[in-house]
This record gives sequence, C-alpha cells and structure tokens, in this order.
Amino acid sequence: MRIAGSRRALLMALAVSLAGCGRGVRHFSESPFPEKLSAWRIFRRVDGKLRPNSGVIPYDLINPLFTDYATKHRFVWMPPGKPALYRRDDTFEFPDGAILVKTFAYPAAAPGMPERWIETRLLVRARGAWIPLPYVWNSEGTEATLQVDADPVDVAWHDESGRSQTIHYVIPNANQCRECHDQNKLTGPIGPKARHLNRDLDYPEGRFNQLAYWTRIGYLAGAPDPAAAPRQPVWNDPAAAPLGARARAYLEINCAHCHSPAGAASNTGLYLSDLQTDPSRIGLCKTPVATGKASADMLFDLVPGRPDASILLFRMDSVEPKIMMPEIGRTLVHRQGVELIRRWLASLRGDCGTPRSQI
Amino acid sequence: MDTRAVVCLCLAASFPLASCAKKRGVIEPGPHFEKELQTALIQARPGDVIQLPSGRFQMTGTLSVTVPGVTIRGAGMDKTVLSYVHQSTGSAGVLATGNNFALEGLTIEDTKGDGVKINGADGVTIRGVKAEWTAGPDEKNGSYGIYPVQCRNVLIENSASVGASDAGIYVGQSNNIVVRRNRAEYNVAGIEIENSENADVYENTVTNNAGGLLVFSLPDLPVKSSRGTRVYRNDVYANNTHNFAPKGNIVAKVPPGTGVMVMATHDAEVFSNAIRDNNTVNVSIISYLSTGNPIHDAGYDPYVSNVYVHDNRITGGGTSPAGIAAEAIVPKAGKPLPAILWDGIVDAKSTGGARICLQHNGDAGFLNYDAAGAFKNVSRDVKPHDCELPALAAVVLPSAGPEPSGGGN
Repeated sequence: MRIAGSRRALLMALAVSLAGCGRGVRHFSESPFPEKLSAWRIFRRVDGKLRPNSGVIPYDLINPLFTDYATKHRFVWMPPGKPALYRRDDTFEFPDGAILVKTFAYPAAAPGMPERWIETRLLVRARGAWIPLPYVWNSEGTEATLQVDADPVDVAWHDESGRSQTIHYVIPNANQCRECHDQNKLTGPIGPKARHLNRDLDYPEGRFNQLAYWTRIGYLAGAPDPAAAPRQPVWNDPAAAPLGARARAYLEINCAHCHSPAGAASNTGLYLSDLQTDPSRIGLCKTPVATGKASADMLFDLVPGRPDASILLFRMDSVEPKIMMPEIGRTLVHRQGVELIRRWLASLRGDCGTPRSQI
Repeated sequence: MDTRAVVCLCLAASFPLASCAKKRGVIEPGPHFEKELQTALIQARPGDVIQLPSGRFQMTGTLSVTVPGVTIRGAGMDKTVLSYVHQSTGSAGVLATGNNFALEGLTIEDTKGDGVKINGADGVTIRGVKAEWTAGPDEKNGSYGIYPVQCRNVLIENSASVGASDAGIYVGQSNNIVVRRNRAEYNVAGIEIENSENADVYENTVTNNAGGLLVFSLPDLPVKSSRGTRVYRNDVYANNTHNFAPKGNIVAKVPPGTGVMVMATHDAEVFSNAIRDNNTVNVSIISYLSTGNPIHDAGYDPYVSNVYVHDNRITGGGTSPAGIAAEAIVPKAGKPLPAILWDGIVDAKSTGGARICLQHNGDAGFLNYDAAGAFKNVSRDVKPHDCELPALAAVVLPSAGPEPSGGGN
C-alpha cells in the first residue's frame, strides 16, 4: 500500500484543519463515535482501492503479536504540529488527537482476488485518554461498522505455499481490547515503543528508519539517533541475535502486555518483558500461582533444559480455553513461536530440583 | 472552528450506535442473550444495574465488565443459570475489573477456567452467587469458583462454590475482606485466603472438600504478606474428598482430610469454629518450607507466626491420614492423629519464636511433628502453646450496606 508524500500530507492536513470539512482525516473525541469507519476519512478510495488519507502514515513493528497469521496494516495519524514525545522504554507519549489504526487482514481467498480486510481497530487519543474503537468490515470490503461485540467471522485464504486455509476468526469485544491494552486500568497502545519501531520501512520518498522518519515529518520529538535508541532483535532471524535474546523478544511482544506489574496478569508474578532481569520473575523454576489445570501436572513455569516440563510452553502449544496462552487473540498455535521457545528452553542449563513435601 | 466544521461534526455525531436505542438495564431471554448482555456491559454507565431473567442461558465466552459501579443481578441462585459448558473462548465465566462491582443472585456453571474472577477492583460484592462444576470433583474443572484477586473491600456472602479444581472461594492478594455465610463443597480447597490482609471469614459451611479452609502466604507474588485473618464460627467438617488438583498447584499438596490449614501466615485467629471429622487433621499450622518448594523470592517470609487457635469445638478426624502425616507422623504418633498439628519450624531470626497459641479447644490433642528435625522430636506437649494473643480487629467494609434480611443458601 502506497501513501502520499509526507510534506504534501502535512500541507494537506494543515489545509484540512483550516477548511474544517475538507477531505482530510476527521477526529472525534467523544461518544457517540461514528458508526461507519469511513466517517473518519482515514482511508480514501482511489480507483476502487482503499488508500491511507493524507497524513496517515504506515508503521510496522519489528516483532508482531501473533494473531492467527493475520496480516496487520498499521497507520498513525497525528494532529498537525503536535508530535508524540519520545520515551526510551515506555510507549511514546501521544498528543490528544492522535489516531492509531490497525487493520487485520487475510490473503485472498483465491489467486487474483484482493486481500480481505476483517477488522480495523482505532485507538483514539482524546482528553488525555485512549479510546478503543473496533470497526468490522463488511464482506465486500466497502465499509466497516463500529461493533463493540462483533460476531466471529469465517475466513478462507490461500497461504504462501498455495494451501487452502480456513479460520473461525474471533473479533475481540471492546472489553477484551482492554485485557491486553490496559496498564493499571488505563487503555493504551502496546506497539509504539522505541525498541519495537526502531527499524527501516519503505515510504514513498524511500526507505527510512521509522524513528527518524517520524521525527522528520513532525510526528515524534525528542528521539535520539536510531543507533542510540533501543532495538529488539527480529524473533525469527537467527542472524539478528542469539537464541535467548530472540526468545525474550518474542515473549515481550506476545506476553508482556499482560504479564507485567501493571498488566492484567500482574497477580501471577510472572513478568515477561524483555527488560525484566530477575530469572524467577521470567518464570525460571517459578512455581505457578493461579494456573489450575493448565499446569498439566508440571511444577514450574520454565525448566532449564526441559521444554516439556515447562508450563509456559505447554500453554503456548494449546488452543483449549483456560489452558491456552495468550488467553484471547488466537485460535491457532503459533508453531514457529513454540519452536523458538522450545529450542531456547532446551539450550538453558540448570535444574529446578525436586520438591520434597513435608505436609 | 468555523460553522462548516461544526455542522460536519454534528452530522457525524448523529450516527448513533444501533444498540444505544435499546432499553437499558434488562436483558431479555432470546437467541442473542449473550451478545446483548456483553454489549450492555460494555456500554454500561457507573451505577447501572443489569438485570437478568430466570432461565438457563448458554454462554460461549467470558463476560467482561470494566465499567466501575456496575451491578449484575440475576433472579436468584439456581434461577438464573449461566452455563459455560459450550465455552469456546476466554477462561473465566465472568471477569470484572471495574471498581464497586456487584454480582448477585445467579449461578455460573461449568466454566473452563474460573467461575467469577475480579481483578484489581476496589469494592467487590458477591452475594447469592453459586459457581459450580456439575460433574463433581474432576481435575478438568476450572480452578476457582469465586476469585477476587488484587482487590480491596471485598464482600462474599450467601454464595456457594462446588467442584473447583483449586479453591472454591479464593481471595488472593487483597485487603479488607469479609467472607461470610457461604457454602463450599467438593472443591479441592473450600475457602482460601492467600497473600491477603485483614480478612474475616465467618459462619461458612465448609465440607466435602479435600482441604476445608486455608489461610496461605505464597512466594513469587507481588503482594507478599499475609496477616490479619480471623476465622470464626465456621462449620468445617468431613473434608475428606480426594485431592483432585493438578500437580504444580500449591493446593495439590494439601493432604485430603484437612480441616483448617494456616501456612506461612502471621496474625491469624481461629476461634469458635466447629471443626470435625477431617480424617487427616482438623487443624494444621505449617511453614511454607514444609512444601519443599524452592524459594527464589528474597522478599518472601515462609514462616508461620502469631497464630491463636482458641475456643473451637474440635471432634473426630485424624483417623485415616494422608500426605506426610501418613508417611512419617503416624508411625511415631499412632492413629487417630491429634486434632492440631504444627510442623515445628521456627524462624531462627525471630525474637519471639513462632507464637503458636492454643487455648480452650476442649479435648483437642496437639502434635509438634518436628519437620525441621526430620520428625525425630515429635511432641504432644501443648504447654508451650498455652498462651494468649491479642484479639484481632474486626474488618469494617466501607460500603457493605445493611445485611440482607433473609434467604441465603
């Protein structure tokens, strides 16, 4: 998907703000929010295809959360003249008016047909808070409507090897959005952190580092040179980093939004951020807390050298409600992710011992 | 903003959400019951009461509540039944995170995970709610029936849990808690207060669990301390169901036949209870060290201290002990085991010792089974424990309201 030039975008955004009801993105800050996604004018139709509107720029993460092999198209729109503020480790501080756009899509059901867009989630910054707005596309892909509790969608597509795939795609409801996106009960974006964004991306003007590009177009202030900013290794690129660092990067983006002191799984004491340094907090030889049957008679979250004795891996490898982790957002096992964590655990040295009960 | 912009925004704002037009508050039976209920919960405003009709409703996923001040009120326990036997997504039946949440008068059946989980709320009322796994004790049952965690000001009353594969009523990492007049039956643990402070647990009926009433502190949790629990006027009897918890869970270590167990807790007062016919032990007081689990948590205190067990009516039990009692203690102490067991593990760094005080418990016997000394110096001498500890203060909830006029279970 190609976008308009950034300078033109900025000029257009400016023009739009002066003209009021021009053709630029519109921002809504309070309920009731538009029923139709088109009211936001985030996308415009060019030759029958949806393109991001002026000032709506694509971004991508170094590592994505696994959601049943869906393709995700991410965009950001910012109000003119108000950049996000750089934070080294935390999510950037976005200004009121900012809109983050994430579309979940699947490849064409048959060769030659267009990609199918399933849902577009907006995170809208207004009055100092983020508002999640899930829009669900009609089957023709012509309009998406706001649905706080949408029905599941059956999707069929052909994967890269030409095999036919089907999935019963469950669209999270508005509260489920918050299960992942809340930190200390405040909803917010997960991805836009320096270490997730610090990579190159193709823009109409050429290929640039995202931090540098955002800075250049006035979307980000305070960022250091990308070389001085933190950067996650690509989880499935053995050339990017050693196995352990890639495993931790994978757990960070797939687990740490809940498994953090401020996340929904704070009560577990299992904290999977890549910045966590305490081995027992990461789960090594850590006894489970509220795992119940999901422990499958295993004693520890992670056991060095013994992937098959590690509860965390067992739960990644399940699609059964209550056992599976993450709890929502997928109906399939991420085979490649499971394999990465399996290899990492197998590579670790150590022993958790055998508890001898005296009760 | 110019006039055109205003017009434009107003037009956009005039597209209402379709569901806004529906009548608020009452969910009618019908094919879209679950979706309508979840949508109502998402769109609820603080103070809203969502009313559910009588009837049995099939649920497919977790009902979640994030708005504060929401009450879900059914037509009564066993009258409004949410069945999760076909649950395909999520773990809990009901998951609430908003403050001042209330759930009243309904039954939640056969959830894949927990029945009701309330995470991080200030102000929780669970009244007249039953969480049940209908197939009876089974390790495939969900973990907890009624489960507030990291909450403040929690009231659980006139409720019930049946069949949880961990704890039926489980309050974790919370503060200021009242658990009263509930029934816990056929769970692995009937009622468990874990890593919590200031809890009053009274007038509950706890029977046919593997372990009846547990007061625990565990390592590796954000909230580390467990102190200030009063357990009184409960009826804790015949908790002799086999322990069907999956291994790895701490309750899997609780020997079946346990009545009341106090582990690694400080300032617990167990009094005026009727405790009987728990066939391993009626009252067990232990350190976390006795679990044998490794401790990597530097901020965790595994010792038990300041436990005052008094004025209880303890009868029967100890006749067919399980766990370490059967392996190591019975050969030394014979059967039936004394009513009150202590593992004898004392924090060497503490100045006052463990201060396990036992008074006025009728004919109840006592045994220090010397787990630290490999069971060499077991002792039935209760004299070192003939001491009194100051009464703990009653828990006061800011918004418990008047007690219900009747009913209950």
